[in-house]
Amino acid sequence: MTHETLASYSNLSLYSAMAVLTLSMLGYAGYLAGLLPARERRGESVDTAEAPERELVAAGGGPVGGGSAAAAAAAPGSDSEGEVPLRARKAGGVAHMFAILGTVLLFVSAALRGGSVERWPLGNMFEFGVAAALFTMVVFVGWGVRRDLTWLGLFVVAPVLILLGLANTVWYTEAAELMPSLKSVWLIIHVTVATISVGLFAVGFIVALLYLAKDRFGADRGILRALPSEKSLERLTYGLHIVAFPLWTFTLIAGAIWARQAWGSYWNWDPKEVWTFIIWVVYAAYLHARVTRGWRRQSASWVAVAGFVCIIVNYAVVNVYFVGQHSYSGL
Amino acid sequence: MSLSTQPKDPRTERDDITQPSLGPVGLLRFAWRQLTSMRTALFLLLLLAVAALPGSIFPQRSIDAVRTADWIARHETAGPWLDKLGFFEVYASPWFAAIYLLLLVSLVGCVLPRSKVHWKAMRSQPPRAPKRLERLAAHDSVTVDGTPDEVLERVRGALKDGRFRTHSHDASTVSAEKGYLKETGNLFFHLALIGVILGMAGGHLFGWKADIILPVGESMANVAARYDTLNTGPLVDPADFTPFTMKLTRFDAEFESDVKGKGQFGSPRDFTAHVDFTKEPGAKVEKKVIRVNGPLETGGGTAFLLGNGYAPKITVKDAQGNVTYSDATPFLAQDNNYTSVGAVKVAGAGPAGKQLGFAGLFLPTAVLDEQGPHSVFPDLLEPALALSAFEGTLFPGGRPQSVYSLDTEGMTQLKNKEGTDLLRIWLKPGETYTLPGGQGSITFDGVERFAGISVRNDPGKELTLVAALVALLGLILSLTIRRRRVFVRVVPAQEEGRTVVSIGGLAKDDDEGMGDELEDVLTRLKERRT
Ligand code: HEM
Repeated sequence: MTHETLASYSNLSLYSAMAVLTLSMLGYAGYLAGLLPARERRGESVDTAEAPERELVAAGGGPVGGGSAAAAAAAPGSDSEGEVPLRARKAGGVAHMFAILGTVLLFVSAALRGGSVERWPLGNMFEFGVAAALFTMVVFVGWGVRRDLTWLGLFVVAPVLILLGLANTVWYTEAAELMPSLKSVWLIIHVTVATISVGLFAVGFIVALLYLAKDRFGADRGILRALPSEKSLERLTYGLHIVAFPLWTFTLIAGAIWARQAWGSYWNWDPKEVWTFIIWVVYAAYLHARVTRGWRRQSASWVAVAGFVCIIVNYAVVNVYFVGQHSYSGL
Repeated sequence: MSLSTQPKDPRTERDDITQPSLGPVGLLRFAWRQLTSMRTALFLLLLLAVAALPGSIFPQRSIDAVRTADWIARHETAGPWLDKLGFFEVYASPWFAAIYLLLLVSLVGCVLPRSKVHWKAMRSQPPRAPKRLERLAAHDSVTVDGTPDEVLERVRGALKDGRFRTHSHDASTVSAEKGYLKETGNLFFHLALIGVILGMAGGHLFGWKADIILPVGESMANVAARYDTLNTGPLVDPADFTPFTMKLTRFDAEFESDVKGKGQFGSPRDFTAHVDFTKEPGAKVEKKVIRVNGPLETGGGTAFLLGNGYAPKITVKDAQGNVTYSDATPFLAQDNNYTSVGAVKVAGAGPAGKQLGFAGLFLPTAVLDEQGPHSVFPDLLEPALALSAFEGTLFPGGRPQSVYSLDTEGMTQLKNKEGTDLLRIWLKPGETYTLPGGQGSITFDGVERFAGISVRNDPGKELTLVAALVALLGLILSLTIRRRRVFVRVVPAQEEGRTVVSIGGLAKDDDEGMGDELEDVLTRLKERRT
């Protein structure tokens, strides 16, 4: 197959992924919508903290001897099957299938793109955007294997679609080879790990926002009811960040190694490096804030949110407008 | 009772106690306590992030001095002000240094006492079991076969299989703890950060970097005087440079010409410098290549290929035909298509005691349209030189000046033969232009490429790298390992030969897995029975 054919199949796969993800988003929205009236009808509180034992089973923990250990192991997750109306459950299930299919299509698209240019498909803004969307979906779908994340689907798939839309319009770049400073295995290592951690940070950011929203606007308002308890949400936020943070640390180190290869010095205070560093420091501050006496979990979560805002700025602003040695956005 | 991987730090625990009047020593102690508190560390971290920001917004002198000067000139009021405040040298500014030095002191002041506490904790036994295990957040109890003593022995085995350290303070309980590596990792992480900073400081003090523009065919030696620019750390003596030499024999450049899309056509694809390298005078000549991502280790610094461009060969003759200038003259690329600026300075004085100078553009693929002369492709498809000529004093006042431009303050621009217009010279390779008024001629002989080579020596980089990897490892240990305490109490059951085992777990913060951990211990215990 010629390079052009591969590139056009890659785009086809991308469009299919976007279509499938749109269906998935609608399914997730249907799930949440279907959940609400049912709950209101019964006038139940769904704050999961009140039903610890049921959850433990739902979270796949298996029966616990004596059941008394459950209090410590209270896990989030949706309520047991019986409580979710059948239609909502169906919508959620279909949405999840579409989410998985969309993820696979995104992967295929990235792989075909890589084939068409005979290099790792992470060389310009468009490719970063697709990869960030892919890894965010991978994190979501992968995590979904371990626990029921139907409540989270809408909040992940919708921003992913927006990102893909932007990549396809504003950042689109024709498939081509790389400039010399980007031809290095360290590109593959550094940028891939960076994008994986961005995917994790993205999901962490979304969960943090849901936590803050639930905390701010009350646990039984509208859609917020369908979410796990505040405590679980906060804990999930932390759980995602402690996986993402070491990966980001690695990104920083790998970037420095590559910078020495390509530019002669491992640290040049180039705008991109500055922002990688700022992001690292902000997330370190988040981990600190969480254990600092006198800091509430809510305030700490805001630091995490600020961290992701920095990631967005780094990607959408620094890449495009700031002059530096990283000028390879292809724009 | 609480379990924290962060040893209770008496200094941070006390800061809400109102202090009675403090003497100078008390005040100092108070300040130290504040500085090394977690809250200050957090504040300094956030401050560091904010302080790093302006360096990405404003041009930085150390990266691009020209752009910085330009920015200041364009912002007449704000420019000089920001300059005074260090906004164009953020990472060398006193306020930036103040923040990271304070953070470093805070780090040491925080981590050293914690290391001591942790050292002690690692060598002491897990504490006595609390009276009522069912009060612990995670707890359970089962009845198993065996006498209390037998069961206790099995419990110990089961805990040890779970990599717990165990100790019995009395005959009916076991206390167990695991996850010491969490705090160890955390301490290593923080201490390693100091290593990273030390490595960077080492590079700053003992490192050097030098740049040279080397046209094809020319040689260089690693001596201070040969470089175009040289920056040495305060503790570097250029006399100690290793005596290697390098001759650029060939330079290959490839540009994108297949893909026509925006931002891609004409993009650089590959640069390779071929050099004849000798490690020291008299050593044998080695053929080496330097690539953009493939530097050359010289044994005393690493040579990187950081730039390239064109060096047209230009010859100037006087009216009698004597050669007054002949050199491959590097022109500096201004855009992606290598529209390049440069200057020719004929230092020998002409007939009227005046010196000659030429300034202008070199265009690898030349086009002359309403935009003026410029290049439309980076490779040598249609090379041309577009020059203006000047006469007068080249170096007024002996001020230092760029090799790529003329200081025309002491010069006047030549006019064409008719004297109606300023003289514009347009030359293709091999062409000669005869200057009006018996000033001689200028010839464009041909074009060579040049390589911009940067030699750098950073003796601190290994320390920085190792420290950074240790930090990463420490971080992973610290974030993935759980510090857990488990207590077990056995009492004889009602039935003969059976024993009730109560188990309780204590974990730091909210540890979702504690219930599972207890379950694991009980499962192993039951397996041991059979
Ligand atoms: C250069 C500045 C610092 C950076 C980048 C930094 C970074 C971090 C990070 C990323 C963590 C989370 C990982 C872990 O739990 O091991 C952490 C934890 C911690 N840091 Fe720092 N830190 C810095 C300075 C300090 C200082 C000055 C203190 C003392 C006041 C301190 C005390 C702690 C403590 C006690 C923890 C453990 C938190 C826990 O138990 O989870 N750090 N630090």
